[in-house]
Amino acid sequence: MESHFATEAVAQLRRRSLRAAAVNLIGPLTMLGGVAWAFLQPYRLTVLHPYGQGFWWLFSEPPLYVVLVGLGFALFLAPALLQDLEEAEDAPES
Amino acid sequence: MLPRAEFVHWWFATGFLIIGLLLLAEAVVGEGVWRRRAWRQYLWPSFLFLMGVLMWPVMVFYTNSTIHMLAHGSWAQAMMLAGAAELGLARGKLHSPYWSLTTAGAFLVSAAAILLHEQNGWFYARAAFLHHALGWTFVVGAAFPFARAFRPGSVAVRTGLALVFVVTSVFLFSDRDVAPVFGHLSPLAGAQHR
Repeated sequence: MESHFATEAVAQLRRRSLRAAAVNLIGPLTMLGGVAWAFLQPYRLTVLHPYGQGFWWLFSEPPLYVVLVGLGFALFLAPALLQDLEEAEDAPES
Repeated sequence: MLPRAEFVHWWFATGFLIIGLLLLAEAVVGEGVWRRRAWRQYLWPSFLFLMGVLMWPVMVFYTNSTIHMLAHGSWAQAMMLAGAAELGLARGKLHSPYWSLTTAGAFLVSAAAILLHEQNGWFYARAAFLHHALGWTFVVGAAFPFARAFRPGSVAVRTGLALVFVVTSVFLFSDRDVAPVFGHLSPLAGAQHR
């Protein structure tokens, strides 16, 4: 019986760590996507060559938008989500 | 003074990316964990509703033709309806999971709007290609919100729905006003932008 509980606990921990890793990765991977895009198409970032650009061209920086979305996710959403995930997994099953 | 159409596409791409990531995170952790904080469950429906609201200025200021106006207007209404229904479900004011069908409906209205207001063929220019690709992505992608109404707990369905939003975002970020697609650019499309 004890070994059965231990196996279940290990399986639960693995499931949790996989889900936690996935949540942890969403933000950084999104940011990485934005950075990779900026390297592949630097001309999409008008801040790198700002002279003679109008307001809208300077305001519209798609690779930066992607980085900001990833950053926002990692800073504002992921921590609370991970905390809740941990609490839910630790809570005794009813 | 008006921003170019491609800028507007990139801003909406950012919104779709946010919705896609939120839905992806919800699919990963499960509905039970996601709903542990009240503010979190309102996030993606609010963004969807807000994007519907923001589609109205697009309709007003980018009226290239009647069909553009009708497409953007119907799109705005469909997104607002879907966002409102999802907000109602999140708040608990609506109970039936079949309300999720409004999102499937929004996908199909969006698909029709995109496909009908693109008058040129696939390889006319990049914008035309992306309009066709987006339209058909929404036609196929409507299967996910449709399935969600009947199997709300399915991880595969929720992940699929999230990925439709992420793919849509990639398509919209790829848009340029006049640019070639796979080396094709119709001479009728005008001078290529930088």
